[in-house]
Amino acid sequence: MSKFVRQLLPFGSLVLIICILSAFRPDTFLTMDNFLNVLRRSSVYGIIAIGMTFVIISAGIDLSVGSMLALCGMAGAAVMEAMGGANPQGASLVYGTIAGIGVGVVCGFLNGVLITKLRLQPFIVTLGAMSFYRGIALVMRDGQPINIADYKYLGEGSILAVPVSIIIFAVITAAAIFILRYMKLGRYTYAIGSNREAAFHAGVNVDLNLICIYMFIGVLVGIASMIQVSRTVSAQPTAGLGTELDVIAAVVIGGASLAGGQGTIVGTIIGTLLISFLRNGCTLLGISTNAQLIVIGLIIVIAVSVDQLARSKGKELQSTGS
Amino acid sequence: MIETAQEKEGEGRIGLRMEGISKRFGPVQALQDVNLTVHEGTVHALVGENGAGKSTLMKILAGVYGADRGRIEIDGKVRSFTGPEKAIEAGVSMIYQDPDLAEHLTVAENVFLGNEPRGALPFMIDNNVMVNNTAELAENFHFDIEPGAVVAELSTGDCQVAEILKALARKASIIVMDEPTSSLSESEVERLFEIVRRLRSNGISVIYISHRLEEIVGLADEVTVLRDGQVVHSEPMSKLDIATIVRHMVGRELTEFFPARDVRIGETRVKIEGLNSGAKIRDVSFEVGAGEIVGMAGLVGAGRTEVARAIFGIDKKATGKVSLDGKAVTIKSPGEGIANGIAFLTEDRKRTGLCLNLACSWNITLAGLDLIGMSRTISPAKENGIAEKLGRQLAIKWAGADAPAESLSGGNQQKLVIARWLLTESRFMIFDEPTRGIDVGAKKEVYGLLNKLAKEGKAILFISSELGELLGVTDRILVMRRGKLVGNLKTSETSQEEIMHLAAVEEANE
Repeated sequence: MSKFVRQLLPFGSLVLIICILSAFRPDTFLTMDNFLNVLRRSSVYGIIAIGMTFVIISAGIDLSVGSMLALCGMAGAAVMEAMGGANPQGASLVYGTIAGIGVGVVCGFLNGVLITKLRLQPFIVTLGAMSFYRGIALVMRDGQPINIADYKYLGEGSILAVPVSIIIFAVITAAAIFILRYMKLGRYTYAIGSNREAAFHAGVNVDLNLICIYMFIGVLVGIASMIQVSRTVSAQPTAGLGTELDVIAAVVIGGASLAGGQGTIVGTIIGTLLISFLRNGCTLLGISTNAQLIVIGLIIVIAVSVDQLARSKGKELQSTGS
Repeated sequence: MIETAQEKEGEGRIGLRMEGISKRFGPVQALQDVNLTVHEGTVHALVGENGAGKSTLMKILAGVYGADRGRIEIDGKVRSFTGPEKAIEAGVSMIYQDPDLAEHLTVAENVFLGNEPRGALPFMIDNNVMVNNTAELAENFHFDIEPGAVVAELSTGDCQVAEILKALARKASIIVMDEPTSSLSESEVERLFEIVRRLRSNGISVIYISHRLEEIVGLADEVTVLRDGQVVHSEPMSKLDIATIVRHMVGRELTEFFPARDVRIGETRVKIEGLNSGAKIRDVSFEVGAGEIVGMAGLVGAGRTEVARAIFGIDKKATGKVSLDGKAVTIKSPGEGIANGIAFLTEDRKRTGLCLNLACSWNITLAGLDLIGMSRTISPAKENGIAEKLGRQLAIKWAGADAPAESLSGGNQQKLVIARWLLTESRFMIFDEPTRGIDVGAKKEVYGLLNKLAKEGKAILFISSELGELLGVTDRILVMRRGKLVGNLKTSETSQEEIMHLAAVEEANE
């Protein structure tokens, strides 16, 4: 019940923003093209944010997703080029895509192993990884991007007029909701984040589950990365700078707590869309990208403080004293 | 019958008077017209079952909550607290169950936290003054503590002394102690009592909350009993005994506190041979039969919990042989322990037991998802049904199986952990201090449950620091001292004295 009410707040603000923009810019905002455009742009961040939701519920954090985004793209594109020559086509694109996602899995695995086996804090490990992965992405081609002119399907293709990237985003969202609600991995994610010691004493294999969680976000970053490469038909070693912060913001706006044990996929999706529509709206209203940062910063703090307030109110009602 | 201790001839001045205090949380009336009178320089025990309103009353006194109605007088002056700082100013200091200190600072720094003596330059702290004042304060009260010691390295008992010093430095005239002995060793408990008496002789009033009624008998001058948010009795200790207090607490006679042991002990279910773990446990061997309840006594730090941890696969360095129903098993993790039919209810339900912000049902099924056929997908409806059923079976009081675990009282939280391990259908169950911090009624239920589980043929190891309950519930008692098993006694043929002697006294040749 209270969970539902809390989620209503970000959702309400999302609806409010859409209403306001529809009223002010009906001709440019309220078009199918614009909506699809916003969703397409959301898909990259949204897919990563879904993985970040798992990580944050487990009381962890992954700061390396932006660098991973660049590294996966560069690796995937490099494989395409190596297999398909100057203008890769067909199978080489498929293999490159798989390779890019595979690199994400490996990166996530490394993060997970370091965090669990060396008992290091996720913040520290992924802070190091952020620099490390970015470094590799930059060194690969000496800071130059790799262009893959015909790699368009993920970014621009569509099935029955719905863009492929949005379909992927939707499928991943549904899968993540299912995992988090109906599978042991999801349940254990909450348990580990809420009280790691209690989960351990109840027989949960904490290390294995945490490694799975970091690999899961790795897979998602890999997928998001290939969508990103496809949208720009090139892999940029500087892609995804600052992405980690946008993604964490989306998750937190969606009601997750950095202390762990709390958060939902639906909340995260709402948080992602909130930020995307806000950006889009600002652009349509002629607010510069620089000024947009101010608006988004304010929204994050307001959203989280209202959430906190609602939470402490709920607590007081719940506690019966003893 | 409601009566309040009135000023007696020569009883001294009234230090604190709380009158007509009422407090409501949502639909729950936590306190109803509560009166509490504490005389200066006395120890006033506040007792009651969990949920009776003791903590709420004290939180109102400490300015954490505001009362809906009622007034508070300290030294004859009416006070209204808008926050904890105001209460501290008025001379009220709370000492909570868990020490409330900054771990990485020294004792002196904690004592003067927020109240540091100013140094020669602005924004500087005069460390010498701070350390000297702390040392002086400690000496005045004959406390044995090093002002320069870092809190993280102190024992729980020393942390409490530091807390008390902090209260004294703030010129507290009323000190509230909430379950101060729940995590202390026997010798530390003795020291605490000594300190409490010293505070009393210095004119400080101590309000003492405890579930251990034996403590209150020797310590308190007056006793106030709360039940369901109301004062049901208040009288000098000299006119009371434990049985009367318990009767007032639960509102009925608690007959046959311990269940009758009428279980036939079957074949050996559990055989532990040569269990070792560094210096913590050395060569521990014992057996537990089907239907047998074996107690484990010992002082804090004797290695009792470590034995359980070694058996359950938590302690990776432990060596030794564990056999269940005649078959040797190797257990390397709690998961394997559960798979082999072992349950381990840890002593600290907040730290190692419950995921407090998650639903009760989730907490109940956490260890048993595989065993209820949910290893692939979880069916929330079915899961809820299982939790509700266990909740009814154990008479857990909750708003519903989907309420967060933190919304339950201590005793009900303990039942939640028990429910988890009932679900796993284990053959060997280890209970580590299952009655710590829960009220008399809930304790009785736990004893009954242990008995029932034994009747089902389970082997039970019951670790406890309360000798009374060990003697009341078990068939046999193992005694640990410094990591070694020093006694294996038939409960019917032993006594508190014998156990205490074994647990505490070093033999000459050791």
